[in-house]
Amino acid sequence: MSEPVLQLSDVAVEYGRGGERVRAVDGVDLAVARGEVVGLVGESGCGKSTLARAAVGLEPLAAGRVTFEGHNVTHLGRRRRPAYLRGLQMVFQDPYESLNPRRKVGELIADGVLLGGGTRRDGLRRAAELLERVGLPETAVGSYPHEFSGGQRQRIAIARTLATRPSCLIADEPISALDASAQAHIANLLGELVGDADLGLVLVSHDLSVVRRVADRVAVMYLGRIVEIGDTNTVWASPRHPYTEALVAAIPRADGAGVLPVDLPGDVPDPANPPDGCRFHPRCPIAEESCREHDQRLAPVAGREIACHIRSRSAAPAR
Amino acid sequence: MTPDTATSDTVTGALLRVDRLSVALPTRSGYHKAVDDVSFAVDAGEVLGIAGESGSGKTITALSLFGLLPHGARVTGSIRLDGTELTELTTKQLRAIRGRQIAMVSQDPATALHPIVPIGTQLTEHMRHHLGVSKAEARSRAADLLQTVRIPDPERALRSYAGQFSGGMRQRIAIAVALAAEPRVLVADEPTTALDVTVQAGILRLLDRLCRDRGLAVIVITHDLGVMSATARRLCVMYAGRLAEAGPTSELLARPRHPYTRGLLDALPHPEATGAPLVPIGGSPPSLGRVPDGCPFHPRCRYAQPSCATNRPEPEPIAPGHLLACPPDPLRAAVSEREAP
Repeated sequence: MSEPVLQLSDVAVEYGRGGERVRAVDGVDLAVARGEVVGLVGESGCGKSTLARAAVGLEPLAAGRVTFEGHNVTHLGRRRRPAYLRGLQMVFQDPYESLNPRRKVGELIADGVLLGGGTRRDGLRRAAELLERVGLPETAVGSYPHEFSGGQRQRIAIARTLATRPSCLIADEPISALDASAQAHIANLLGELVGDADLGLVLVSHDLSVVRRVADRVAVMYLGRIVEIGDTNTVWASPRHPYTEALVAAIPRADGAGVLPVDLPGDVPDPANPPDGCRFHPRCPIAEESCREHDQRLAPVAGREIACHIRSRSAAPAR
Repeated sequence: MTPDTATSDTVTGALLRVDRLSVALPTRSGYHKAVDDVSFAVDAGEVLGIAGESGSGKTITALSLFGLLPHGARVTGSIRLDGTELTELTTKQLRAIRGRQIAMVSQDPATALHPIVPIGTQLTEHMRHHLGVSKAEARSRAADLLQTVRIPDPERALRSYAGQFSGGMRQRIAIAVALAAEPRVLVADEPTTALDVTVQAGILRLLDRLCRDRGLAVIVITHDLGVMSATARRLCVMYAGRLAEAGPTSELLARPRHPYTRGLLDALPHPEATGAPLVPIGGSPPSLGRVPDGCPFHPRCRYAQPSCATNRPEPEPIAPGHLLACPPDPLRAAVSEREAP
């Protein structure tokens, strides 16, 4: 793999909640190369959105570091994004909220060009090009966001991030708010852009089927930690961590066979009080006594990394 | 009356039967049909799926079952619940049926439950109103219901508020509230869209179990054919307020005959499929009042013929219990080809 464009090392993010500190992300390492899609999956509350926001500088880090093209990504707060971070952009979940309703589409997209030192005329010309690139007519520059459907608005939001000529995009649930058919369009578009513009893409989604289609590598998160990470096909074909197994088994299949998906009982625990030992042990079907005591760290097993000592042990003699 | 006969052939004496239902909604440019000549039936202990993109008329169809349409809506056709014609009832008579005979679970569990009324009160007021049971009796039934939908520590849950539960738990509680007055038909509008897959699996299993154990008739409305595959025995695919295709779920998903059904399936990321990009349906569904002439799907259909722009297709039976509103039937050949060894 080439030099990563975005590198997260031992990243932790904490929130204050009623006087206590809640660690939403705890010790995550992740690297994204240009031309690569990394899928980040997990149930709600597992910290994937927090991690995504921290990666682009929207959340302060409690520990660890994030580097983008060799520069440290620090919490921006209300500050303007520095020029060296302009290549790192975020696509948000809700295209109804992420576009200013009172500004024309062309102006929204041209902002990225203006910030890079271009003129307004350059900006509008580039906006027209980008709209065509994302599959909208260039005449859309003169329209307002409300004149478009959800899928079209998400295209506009993507065009806006492309105006800064990014080298890495973080997309936080970019298709969850859209219709089935619009979801397919946007997932395909993101996949194409990665190839065309040689972007790195982190795709955060709770929809594993979409990540499966688009991502080269997949990272499965549970309660602030990555529990399994590896090549998408490998992880999908033979998930090793019990949590990944449960996620894959829970997906309903539209094959007409009428097989009910498998339930994973329980909810993600409160991150303010994570269970001792392995964080998944209270819901884990194969948990042993020792899982209560030993915190699990990622270790290589069968072509990917998992954080489960039982599965690492059982896989060891075979390899 | 072809759609009529085809449905009654397969499901005789169904608990809920909708025949040639049309709903016209008032807009600034006059009345427009949001639901156009739709028929279906669901029996006790059966799950019926209604699928389609947003704007296909699924939710308006559901609301018409409750008489909860926007003011001024014009309804024609018949909705019979166990022999009672719902379209002819007064508001007061409808109120006695809503919740008691037919109940609804909506998409968003966060808004379905009252935020500052304890869960217990929300469950028991329903029972006391419709079933006339004592306070203590209602309380114990409520605890049993929470047990049924697998809420841990039901006694404590009764004293808690909606905000104290996760999304999946809230949806379970919303189902418990819908079941409180022991309805015979449950309408679930996108019941799992806002939930994680693991939680979704739990809700689907719960609906399936309620259907088997209590003989509940369930109508699941969703755009997700995967959700349908697991639960629904029969499936209606709607497009622009009309029935595009209806039949046994296994048949529709394995051998879709309407190009729109095929399109919905192709747009879905199939868990087993590898590599190939998703195939979205070009264009978007027509908005209310802008439904094209002829087959409403023809501008987006890759098999469209000149006749499709003028002739409005009616659902015709093509096999027992299988209706298709696509006279050219372009996928018939594809189906037989695929079946050939």
